[in-house]
Amino acid sequence: MDLTAISPALLVASLMVAATPLLLAAIGELVVERAGVLNLGVEGMMITGAICGFAISVETGSPYIGLIAAALGGAALSLLFALLTQFALANQVASGLALTLFGLGFSALIGQGYVGLKPPSMGRLSIPGLSDLPFFGRVLFGHDPVLYFGLALTLATWIFLRFTRAGLVLRAVGENHDAAHALGYKVVRIRILAILFGGACAGLGGAYISLVRVPQWTEGMTAGIGWIALALVVFASWKPGGLLLGAYLFGGLTVLQLNLQAAGVAIPVEYLAMSPYLITIVVLVFLSSRRSLTPGSLGRIFHASN
Amino acid sequence: MLRLEKRAQPDRRLALASPVLAVLATIVAGGLLFAFLGKNPFIAIGTIFWEPLFGEFAFYYRPQLLVKGAPLILIAIGLSLGFRAGIWNIGAEGQYIMGALFGAGAGLAFYPAESPLIFPLMIVAGAFGGFLWAMIPAILKVRFGTNEILVSLMLVYVAEQFLASMSLGLLKNPEGFGFPGSRNLQQYASAHNAEIIAGTGMHWGVVFAFIAVIFAYALLNRHMLGFHIRLTGEAPRAARFAGVNPPRLILFCLGTSGALAGLAGMFEASGPAGVVSIDFNVGYGFTAIIVAFLGRLHPIGILLAGFLMALTYIGGEIAQSNLGLPAAAIQVFQGMLLFFLLAADLLTNFRIRRAVPEAA
Repeated sequence: MDLTAISPALLVASLMVAATPLLLAAIGELVVERAGVLNLGVEGMMITGAICGFAISVETGSPYIGLIAAALGGAALSLLFALLTQFALANQVASGLALTLFGLGFSALIGQGYVGLKPPSMGRLSIPGLSDLPFFGRVLFGHDPVLYFGLALTLATWIFLRFTRAGLVLRAVGENHDAAHALGYKVVRIRILAILFGGACAGLGGAYISLVRVPQWTEGMTAGIGWIALALVVFASWKPGGLLLGAYLFGGLTVLQLNLQAAGVAIPVEYLAMSPYLITIVVLVFLSSRRSLTPGSLGRIFHASN
Repeated sequence: MLRLEKRAQPDRRLALASPVLAVLATIVAGGLLFAFLGKNPFIAIGTIFWEPLFGEFAFYYRPQLLVKGAPLILIAIGLSLGFRAGIWNIGAEGQYIMGALFGAGAGLAFYPAESPLIFPLMIVAGAFGGFLWAMIPAILKVRFGTNEILVSLMLVYVAEQFLASMSLGLLKNPEGFGFPGSRNLQQYASAHNAEIIAGTGMHWGVVFAFIAVIFAYALLNRHMLGFHIRLTGEAPRAARFAGVNPPRLILFCLGTSGALAGLAGMFEASGPAGVVSIDFNVGYGFTAIIVAFLGRLHPIGILLAGFLMALTYIGGEIAQSNLGLPAAAIQVFQGMLLFFLLAADLLTNFRIRRAVPEAA
């Protein structure tokens, strides 16, 4: 075992990379849940985004067009969820599961021709002087643009939910859809927009895995990150700030676990690999007492005649 | 404009018709998908639904219907109890793995001793393994109010890693030339879940699946606990007044579904699969969710839905080898089925009316 091989700067930098897909998917789901909708299809939308982004990037040669395609792919899948839950008034848990099962199959189908290919790489930020600083240069100024976009999006979501009128309306719809409806807000329209936003974010997060973090395509490559993102929203008590903290903590654990594997720690690889999931469970247990923070209408079906 | 009006009572005839509608819609959409993939949709659909039952090699495929249907039915019956009460165990895949590991482990512990007691012991161990794994989300939900959906799902990934660790370590075949995976239970007479009648595909797992259907039917229709399960799902407030004990219900529903999933895993490991290895689980735990919904969470419905889903698996494999239809296409096909089912449910719970334009 050689722990000195783990470089702190690289560890922190890769932590940020590992946290980004989680952060992106979770920020989308946070907005969806704040609007009172529980979309359990995050995993399905992420893997759809992963393959859409990968395939389009490979075909066009541009990772940025791929990212846009990933966001569109995720949003398209979430539109199915929106149709089912908002118009057909289907159970949200079941619809979310359907989305995940469908997304996993769909991505495997599209992805057959893309196994083993290498996607075009995305440039890293490089500011002369700043990016060359020891430690901070690599950690703060040496990442790909999506990582910064994720951070900016988290900040923007925080501002949106907290300081804007539209954010207030969205929260009102999530807390009590009947009251919001009585006040004349279009509950269904607002929720559909939130669901589409969530889908686009999840798609982007998925594409980040297949384009930047791994970067290649393998079937089922999101490996539960979508579900962890769902847990993360609970961890963050539906607050963007908490989400950032949670995603980085979690990214840190994942990277540390991988580094320990590489360093040849005496713990078997399988037990290290299951640690992120076990830790998620432990965190969920610790936080499950704080029920009161859950949006009031979360998961409930809204129908104007009720 | 169309307007939805909630029915006072779900329409019973439509409740029965909606799965049929959903299957038909899936066949149409699936046909389009296959056409898009460059296959003749009529031949592809025919291969999936006709070939296994009445085709040239039907004598080989018909037994497979029982072999593939049994685990789906066993798992789906367990899941349906919880789903009816709003208790969402979606980690059956993990419980299936644990059941297989416990069952195979119990059998292999006695290798090479032969005894008629070994197989019954394996059945108990398999059920216990699944039960134990499902008790984790159950106890956490009862004790701390933790979300059972996320916990049970997380445990699938934990179980997969555990499976890998076991098939490379403790359960690895010492005579397996270093390959991962356990000894072949088919070659260990006392632990082999052999066909009861040769050539029919009828093994002990199928028997247990039928018993589970009958048990669930009796429970839901003739027993107080079954009434409580149904009541909790349909009217949670009324259930509380009727004296339903939610923790007991959670422990029962998750425990039963875990034990049944564990049984399914054990029967698969000791019978059709033979070995427990890294790639032992093939997604029955997730497909069973579709089976449960397709069967309208009703035991008889699940029995039929399980066989239909088994048919798509077998037909899918035939289409894969005969027509080169990708395996993932069948997965998409099954996923679409759940979409259409959920959408078709609208008709049972709501009436669609042409809306009079609103005055204001």
